[in-house]
Amino acid sequence: MNENDIKFLEDSFKKYYFDHFDQIRVPDRTSEREFGFQKFNYGMTRHISLKDDKELHLLLMKNIPSDVYCSNACYSFPNLPMNEKDWKEADLIFDIDAKDLNLDCRINHTVSVCTECNTTSTAQKQCPKCNSTKLEKKSLPCTNCIDHSKMEVKKLVEILVDDFAIDKNNIHIYFSGNEGFHIYVYDSQFQDLGSRERSELADYILFKGVIPETFGMKKFKPNRSSFPDFAEKGWRGRFSQEVYGSKSKRSKIISELITDGYSSFQSTLEGLTERIGVKIDPNVTMDIHRIFRLPGSLNSKSGLTKTLCKDVSKFNPYIEASFLDDKIVEIMADCPVEFKLKNKKFGPYKAEKITIPTYAAVYMICKKLATIT
Amino acid sequence: MLALGPDEIAKYPFLADAGQYLKDKGFTLEQFGTDPDLKSLIDKAFDRIEVAADGKVYKSDLIADQVSKEAALPREVFSFLLAIVLLKLSGMHTLIKRFALAEARRAEKYLERDLANISDESKKQLAIRVIDDLFSVQVKKQDDYFVIPVSDYLKHSINFHEREWKLINRHVENGHVFLTPHETVRLIRKELGTYINSKIVNAKTPQMISGFEEPVSKLVSLSKKFATSVVTTGEYPPCIKHAIDVLEKGENLPHSGRFMLATFLLSKGQTVEQIAPLFKNAPDYNERVTLYQLNHLAGTSGSGTQYSCPSCEKLKTQSLCFAIPECDNITNPLQFGKKRVQ
Ligand code: SF4
Ligand SMILES: [Zn+2]
Ligand SMILES: [Zn+2]
Repeated sequence: MNENDIKFLEDSFKKYYFDHFDQIRVPDRTSEREFGFQKFNYGMTRHISLKDDKELHLLLMKNIPSDVYCSNACYSFPNLPMNEKDWKEADLIFDIDAKDLNLDCRINHTVSVCTECNTTSTAQKQCPKCNSTKLEKKSLPCTNCIDHSKMEVKKLVEILVDDFAIDKNNIHIYFSGNEGFHIYVYDSQFQDLGSRERSELADYILFKGVIPETFGMKKFKPNRSSFPDFAEKGWRGRFSQEVYGSKSKRSKIISELITDGYSSFQSTLEGLTERIGVKIDPNVTMDIHRIFRLPGSLNSKSGLTKTLCKDVSKFNPYIEASFLDDKIVEIMADCPVEFKLKNKKFGPYKAEKITIPTYAAVYMICKKLATIT
Repeated sequence: MLALGPDEIAKYPFLADAGQYLKDKGFTLEQFGTDPDLKSLIDKAFDRIEVAADGKVYKSDLIADQVSKEAALPREVFSFLLAIVLLKLSGMHTLIKRFALAEARRAEKYLERDLANISDESKKQLAIRVIDDLFSVQVKKQDDYFVIPVSDYLKHSINFHEREWKLINRHVENGHVFLTPHETVRLIRKELGTYINSKIVNAKTPQMISGFEEPVSKLVSLSKKFATSVVTTGEYPPCIKHAIDVLEKGENLPHSGRFMLATFLLSKGQTVEQIAPLFKNAPDYNERVTLYQLNHLAGTSGSGTQYSCPSCEKLKTQSLCFAIPECDNITNPLQFGKKRVQ
């Protein structure tokens, strides 16, 4: 990214942190958290401890970071090297990202930027200009992506509440600022679990590692009565709803399952993992030393804010997470797909000079699809 | 501590305060060595160890968790306490381990039976309290099941590698996992063994008592059967070799041992991908977790700090050191083979 672009992004980010500091949610037990940040074109600075939100404000104004992070863990000494921090506990976190959902729409809004000649195209494998295969993919997520991510969030929350008895008020859902959601669980029975235990929790939520016996299927002489009932709780209940469809079909479908046999049942389960498992990223959930994007901070992949969703089903990130101002700027845009921000359509642009509101300019520059002129 | 009735002490003798028990019954250790009427109890204790060393569970005189005869009860407890004295005098750790494991299996059976006991509420309550006191697992009864918090369940279940213990294959409802009495007890099997083992290891070793010499020397020769030979040549220091051995045998290497091995090999320039397969045989192997942990140590993920191999001094305190003469003059396993003994 060139100097001018960085200057423009830093100015816009600084203004955001000045005007919208109230968006930032400093986590409880601030002084026990580890903070970290990145500047445009720089590596990560970690192991920072802050007393309170005043110190955070100072850090933001002084450094104008491209990205800010905060640990989900609490430590005795958050500023010491990792093995001396003295880990105490960590909030449970989940990451749901549209890019992990294998959606058909992805191809329509993924742009390739050639790392050799900077040409922007919708080509998937090869640069149309210089034939290089070194392409950097940039996604401009669509509403379908967001809707599907929301469905995963809903499935996750249902499991957290129904199966794990977590109080809804302790579940905070954030739009990640790019193309997914971050879910935090506070004050649960899981605070002090290590990564191996969290990995198990993740598998539960992903519906991974499941065996036929759990749903009543046995290798020899399966017993009809051990198959799940329609009204059961947990995965057996969700299995019933998905596999039987309705109460009245239960008996008929059990007969079919038994006739088809054990290994066919196994493949049924694998298919179910894809359909009813919640597509969280297990590596995020099991990482107990991670620093995670700070709620309310800007995401340098888009210039959008990591925003708390009060009602996730109604949440529209392209309106509610765009906080940068409307001041018109001139840019050189090369963006082959269209996108929508604050209810306005933009693009496609074919290597042309345009004037456009700051928020949309930032969005494209963050995705390397435009430069300031 | 729990208040135990006579039946309970016989079933769970490791919960008793040994010295106090003997005193209460009006005995001293010396009497067992000399009094011809009591001497048979030493033989019984020896049997108890021998059976355990064979990997079997000692068949007690208790029948269906009732004491068969009045006199059987103290005998049962004495033979346990004397077995510990013999083990301590022999100093054979392999035997202690096997004995602890067998005693855990034995106690497991009683715990399970007590949990499932419908007619005697107090028995069930005691079993529930033993599990809570010793392993901080809060068991509650709900209908025909025992329910425990998901987090407690996970802390123990991750030690199993059978798929049926995965949380996904469990009945989970309202933040709890539903288990049968058998599964509840099975869940804490490993910890029960560790608990009994540590109680024995931490018990004071008495002076040799006359009348105990013979069984003790028999134990020493019995333990030879289980000794593993230690290889003392090659490029890796003995602590590292030992750790690799343990893993290759598919035995459990404590976290500190894994930390030492991984940091040592990483410092020697091996990659995470080269090291990961070493852990494949570990009873709790999980590829995702292993890679995560190795990357964490290597500093390729997260913090970016690379961890260094602990000092010999530290490893000694963790019982991971198996020093040989070539270890003289070095302070860290990484120096092994570099500094020559003058
Ligand atoms: S002295 Fe050091 S190198 Fe030698 S075995 Fe002990 S810990 Fe390992
Ligand atoms: Zn090109
Ligand atoms: Zn899409």
